This record gives sequence, C-alpha cells and structure tokens, in this order.
Amino acid sequence: MAERVEEPIKYDSLPNFPAEGFPGTDMGATRVPRDSPIRTTPLPPQTWFQRREALLIGSSGVAVFFIAWQAVASARIWSPLFLPGPVDVWQAFLELVNDGELATDIAVSGQEFVIGYALAALVGIPCGLLFGWYPRLRYVFDPFITFFYATPRIVLIPLFIIWLGIGVESKIAVIYLGAVFAILINTMAGVRSLDASLLRVARSFGAGDLHIFRTIALPGSVPFILTGLRLGTGHALIGVVVAEYVAAQHGLGRMMMIAGSTFQSSKVFVGLFLIASAGLLLTYGLQRIERHFDAWRPQR
Amino acid sequence: MKLQARDVVIHHRRQRYGDMLLAVDGVTFDIADGEFVAIVGPSGCGKTTFLNAVDGLLPLTSGSLTLDGRQIDRPGHDRAMVFQQPSLLPWRTVTGNVMYGVELLRIPNEEARGRAKRFVDLVGLEGFAESYPLELSGGMQQRVNLARALAVDPEVLLLDEPFAALDAQTRETMQQELLRIWNQTRKTAVFITHDIVEAVYLADRVIVFTARPGRVKEIVRVDIPRPRDLRVKREPGFVEIERRIWESIREESARDGLAATA
Repeated sequence: MAERVEEPIKYDSLPNFPAEGFPGTDMGATRVPRDSPIRTTPLPPQTWFQRREALLIGSSGVAVFFIAWQAVASARIWSPLFLPGPVDVWQAFLELVNDGELATDIAVSGQEFVIGYALAALVGIPCGLLFGWYPRLRYVFDPFITFFYATPRIVLIPLFIIWLGIGVESKIAVIYLGAVFAILINTMAGVRSLDASLLRVARSFGAGDLHIFRTIALPGSVPFILTGLRLGTGHALIGVVVAEYVAAQHGLGRMMMIAGSTFQSSKVFVGLFLIASAGLLLTYGLQRIERHFDAWRPQR
Repeated sequence: MKLQARDVVIHHRRQRYGDMLLAVDGVTFDIADGEFVAIVGPSGCGKTTFLNAVDGLLPLTSGSLTLDGRQIDRPGHDRAMVFQQPSLLPWRTVTGNVMYGVELLRIPNEEARGRAKRFVDLVGLEGFAESYPLELSGGMQQRVNLARALAVDPEVLLLDEPFAALDAQTRETMQQELLRIWNQTRKTAVFITHDIVEAVYLADRVIVFTARPGRVKEIVRVDIPRPRDLRVKREPGFVEIERRIWESIREESARDGLAATA
C-alpha cells in the first residue's frame, strides 16, 4: 500500500475532495442516493368512495342520528316542551335571530371568551415556560397551581360577583381562571420533558441559556403548548356558560338558563349547538396550527 | 502538543445513589496536532466521562486538560462533539441542524448557510439538505451529526461511539466515510469506542483504558499507512495489533468481573 499524503483542505474551498473516491482503494465517496434503484409498482387507484370513506361514513352517522331524533320527536310521545325535534330547534334559532337578541348574546359571550382566553394564553404560556425552565420559580408557585387546578374554579363565581359585579368582568375572570391552568401546566410539562440529549448538544456547542431557550425549549414545547391551548378552550367554554348561569345581563349561558327555567327546551338546544360549534371551530383551528408545526413529523 | 491530559481525575455525580463515583483516576497522555487517537476500554471504564470533560461539559476533580496550552474548563468552539445518539433537532432540516453550531460562531447568516451546505455535501447528503431527521436512516442521521461538528471548524473533533448504534454494514461504511472526510480535514480527533477493530482501523494510536476507575493501561501505535482500505482489517499486521489490544482489554474485563463478585 502506497502512502498518499493529501493536502489538508481549506474550509472555504470545500468541497474539493475526490468525489469518485481514492483510486486503487475501495475508499470511495459514499453518497447517499436520492433516487434508489428500488423497483416499484403503483398501487391500484382508489375509488371515489374509498378516498372519501371517513367523511362519508362520519356524516352518514350524523345524518342518521338527526333523522332518528326527528322521527322520535315527530311521534310526539312527549310534548315538544320536553323533547323538541331538530326542526323545532331550527325554528327557535330563526326566532332568536329575528328578535335580534341572539346577536347580542353571542357578542357578549364571544367577547368574554376572547378576552378571558387571550389573557389565559398570554399569562399561561410565558409562566409555563419560566416555571418549567427554572425549578426554583416552580417551587414557589407549585402550591398555588396545584390548589387552583384541584379546585373547580366555578366555586369562585360568588366571590368574583362580589368583587367584579355581574357584568362581563366577573365572567372574564372565571374564563381566565378556567383556561390558564390547563395552558400553564401543559407548557410547563413541555419544557420539563425536553430531550436531555438536545440540551447537551446545545451546551456542547457553547449555547447560552437564552439561545437554548429560543432554539430548543420553545420549539420543543410547542406540541405541549398547543395541547394546553386545546384543553383550555374546553375549560373556557365551561366558564362562559356556568358564569352566565349564575348571574348575568347578557350572553348565551344566560339565554339558556332563562329558556330552561321557562320550559323553552328548543332554545336550550340552540344555545347548546352554538357552544358546541364554537368548541369545534376552535379545536379545528388549533389542529390546523398543530399540523403546521408538525411538518417535520413523517406522515403515517 | 495539541491536547494534553495530566493526571486527570474525574468524579461522576450519581443522582440516584447520592454519591460521587470515581470514574477517571489519573489519566495522562498527549495528542499531537492532526493525530487520530482512539480510546478503547471495557464498558463503564469512564471513557465517555473523560470525553465529556474534554468537551468541557464536566468539571475535573484534579489534574489538567489543555488544548493548545489553554486550560479547558467549559465548552468552546475549539472543540466539537459527535454524539453517540444523533441528537438532531427534529423540527430542523438537515441543513438547519448542521447550522446549529455554526450559528453560535457569530458569522453572517449567508456565510453560515454556505458553510452548512458544504458540509452537508461533504458527508454525502447533498440530495437531503431539506429533509427532516425523522425521514433519514440511522446512518444518515449520524452523517448529519458529524457534519454539524465539522462545520464549526474545531481544533479537535471529539467522537463518542458515534457508530455504536448502527448495523454492522452501515458501521463499516461510516468508518470508511469518516476516514475519507478526516483525510480531507486532518482534524485532531479523539474517538471513543468499545469496538477494537474500529479503533485500530481508524486511529494512529489506540489508548487502552483500565476497568473503572479509568486509567491509561497502554498506548498502542498503529503503523498502517493511509488511506486505509477496509480490506486492511484482514491483514496479519492489523490482526496482530487487534489481538494485542483484545488481550489487554480481556484482562481488564476479567479483573472487573472479579471485583464485582468479591
């Protein structure tokens, strides 16, 4: 074997290595081929039904449910006050829209939700990141977080009404408290479950705390933050309805409460569907965001 | 001398047992500029602990580690580690991961990107620059791991059993690739492994550690000319060096086994 001495390369002149490897040896430049010579056959094309299977079966289920419900209601075994059918609910909805009251109720409830939830996210995410990162901060706040998370926050409604009145402020407080802990606890869990090997890589390359935080802690906890936000919407919607049940001037919860106590069951259903739609929309939106941040995960 | 270790003693903190374990006990050796050194030893002999100390991730109990005469006491851009696990950021592409170390060098972004691209090419991944780590095989992930370390242009390259988790064929390909790349850069390299054949194939000198606590048992020079073909592993000279190191380590494993049962 002959000794070959290669000139050490200059870093700014790369790549100037022999792409074909070293002649006379099997020391070649092993490139990883992008197009492998594997032979493939295309799968048989899917039928129209196969491609939309999940959607079709899912919506058929929903359709069957509504038809059955309408059938039972139309049989009039019970009075419409007891069990209204989908058609009754739709008529009640149109009535409420024409009254103009529904718009106010939705606006008030929506405003409470948006402010309370936004506050919860604005406080929950940064605090979760900080408490997850700095154990001493966590030691300080852990008792409070545990206490509030273990308590059903709606028991605080009477206090909030005393302190903030029966306007939107007391509702915002309940919604905020409902959502903030789910967001905070999940964010904290995200930071604490960061891959230790990635943190070691960062330290090894001489990254400071702030850089590690920005490049590893924050992106690494995104899935947890989004889970927290998703759970938070549920808690916040409960807050909207329950807080308005207790005492309110406007809002969907108040509308449902009054409708319920005056046997207007159809209106209760209208409120229920509106709240459920809000929940679905928010969940869908957050799933879209999740998918955006999950671009690096291979499709299964 | 590039890298000097003088009576290095390291205690390893064991959270679970609440104690400090003596992992490395008085290691002394010198590594010349541009030299490729492999450290082998029975498992648990403190070789990875030692490498972490060279990287500046662990403090020394006593003794000294110097690089170009400067004391090592923290991680720095003059050293870069290739980790046992690929440890890539899953949300960054191949290029993004290779940039990770370069970003910390405070060089213009455009230049950093260009440098990352050159090293992606160097390790043979040019078609995968925009792929995410989870789309790559284990061997390809280790190529990224290697490119990330090389891209910061370190004085010393530290490799912590980088091929241990790969299958036998991929491991040999990667050994060969590492030599090809090293031949281009001629970086001083410290390679930790428990695979004797790998150590002899790659290194100019093989440092054999004793069983825990790790000390230098012997240093074996590998006088096999470069570039080294994989076939060199079957030649008598190679096999002789391998056998000598194997016996040395065998002794240590046996001693360790006796100590454990005593």
